[in-house]
Amino acid sequence: MLVELARVSKRFGDRIAVDRLDLAVEAGGCFGLLGPNGAGKTTTLRMIYGVSRPTAGTVRVFGLDVTRSPRAVRARLGVTLQESVLIDAISPVDNLRVFGRYHRLREPELGRRIEELLDFLELRSHAHVPVKALSGGFRRRLAVALSLMSRPELLVLDEPTTGLDPAVRLALWSRVRALEARGTTVLLTTHYMDEAERLCDRVAIIAGGRIVADGAPAALIRAHLAAEAVELDCTPEEEARLRDGLRPRARLRVGGRTILYVDDAAALVADLHRRDPRGHHPLVVRPTNLEDVFLMLTGTSLEGTP
Amino acid sequence: MSVSVPHALAVWQRNATMYRRTWWLNLLPNFFEPVFYLVSIGLGVGAYVTRMAGMSYAAFLAPGLVCVAAMNGASFEVTYNIYVRLTFEKAYDAMLTTPIEPDDVLAGEVLWAVTRATIYGGCFFLVIAAAGLAPLPRALLALPLVPLTGLLFAAIGVAFSLHIPTIDLFSFYFTLFLTPLFLFADVFFPLSERLSPGWLWVAEALPLLHPVRLARAAFGKPAGPVLLWDAAYTLAASVLLLLWARRGVRRRLTS
Repeated sequence: MLVELARVSKRFGDRIAVDRLDLAVEAGGCFGLLGPNGAGKTTTLRMIYGVSRPTAGTVRVFGLDVTRSPRAVRARLGVTLQESVLIDAISPVDNLRVFGRYHRLREPELGRRIEELLDFLELRSHAHVPVKALSGGFRRRLAVALSLMSRPELLVLDEPTTGLDPAVRLALWSRVRALEARGTTVLLTTHYMDEAERLCDRVAIIAGGRIVADGAPAALIRAHLAAEAVELDCTPEEEARLRDGLRPRARLRVGGRTILYVDDAAALVADLHRRDPRGHHPLVVRPTNLEDVFLMLTGTSLEGTP
Repeated sequence: MSVSVPHALAVWQRNATMYRRTWWLNLLPNFFEPVFYLVSIGLGVGAYVTRMAGMSYAAFLAPGLVCVAAMNGASFEVTYNIYVRLTFEKAYDAMLTTPIEPDDVLAGEVLWAVTRATIYGGCFFLVIAAAGLAPLPRALLALPLVPLTGLLFAAIGVAFSLHIPTIDLFSFYFTLFLTPLFLFADVFFPLSERLSPGWLWVAEALPLLHPVRLARAAFGKPAGPVLLWDAAYTLAASVLLLLWARRGVRRRLTS
């Protein structure tokens, strides 16, 4: 195991941020830590790279106890934080140089790695322009480049694409995949379920400081819901009439909408049409996604099917 | 966890990189300030106050002002600049994703503040020496006092910065602590001649007094074993405050 948390808790005064959490990340691939804001994702990451000490439990990374050997652990991993840590007044190259020295890199190795990262993250066009003049997407790529200075075995990304436009997100995802192909293990947090579904081989859903489910995205969907989702607009009373006698695998009520999960939507849709021949309640049929699992496991609107 | 010298130097180097970019902008005021003092005192006050403690007023002021320059050079670094790096630039959050530990951050920052103090105080010394106010070569003995004064005020300032909740308190630090030191710690007038013996021991608590007294001795004023006390105070206060700051930096940077 590359990362192993055993019954880890973190308390800030009276508030419990992480509650007896068990987590194991294998080497290779991409692991996603998903959860609503305030679920304990960032605190968990901070304990993994050793700047936050667990109140209880142990965190082992590369087989080392992080609390005892924070330097040794951090020498082998890279972290891209949510907030910008770039130095605005200087260029990407100078930022990389400053950061490389934190890892005790010296010329010529330092220069070699900077060249490599300018190419890998496509930073060459503005390599010598002050960072404050750069776009959000460019800055984020540079932030990732900084965390790769040490050629880490494990890359930790805290909400890597929050606030980025779709094109930039796609570009960043392709870099994450390229890293994985080189053998780097990626551990990321996100609250974008599409990001998790596209990038992650395994995800853990965290809510209230605990892991409520983990596994491969497709397996989670199978285990908790069903292959297809049928959404319809209706009031709870109308729903009761429409759904009477039907047996979906699961049901979720979100806002003014009901979502029914079934393995084969065609039969259910036919039944619903019979009960609503004039089509007062428009239907949407779509594949179930991680968003649904996430909503069901962390949302308050969950009601089990009777 | 103890300090790792290469990592502390990497912290120092970050600051040096930023400073070097605009070194001439940063360095020039360091020369102007002593020139202004000397012109004001030499041409202005000096015309009325011709002698103080047996010498020209400008010569009396010179050693104290070198220490004040070192004090100011260190103080700005460990207050406003550390706060900016901590809060706005997130420099320490970035460092702590690498093998750098909080102790290295503290060591690097203090070393950098001492460097700034040395540049600042060194420039002041050069101007004073050029104006003929430093008896050479004897006054060269005052040069090691520049980084030493820097260390003392880096330690005081960093301990303060790491234990205050808001940046607003820095103005207190400057107006209620550094300014009175500047005015009352033997720089502008001989404290021992103006205070009754009953109160003199209270003045011994003023941190700036000790480097100033050492600098005066380096500039040729006869002094006795009190200098040992001055050196001991300066070093011991620096060490104790840095130990306190060490607790603060861990609390601030890790949780």
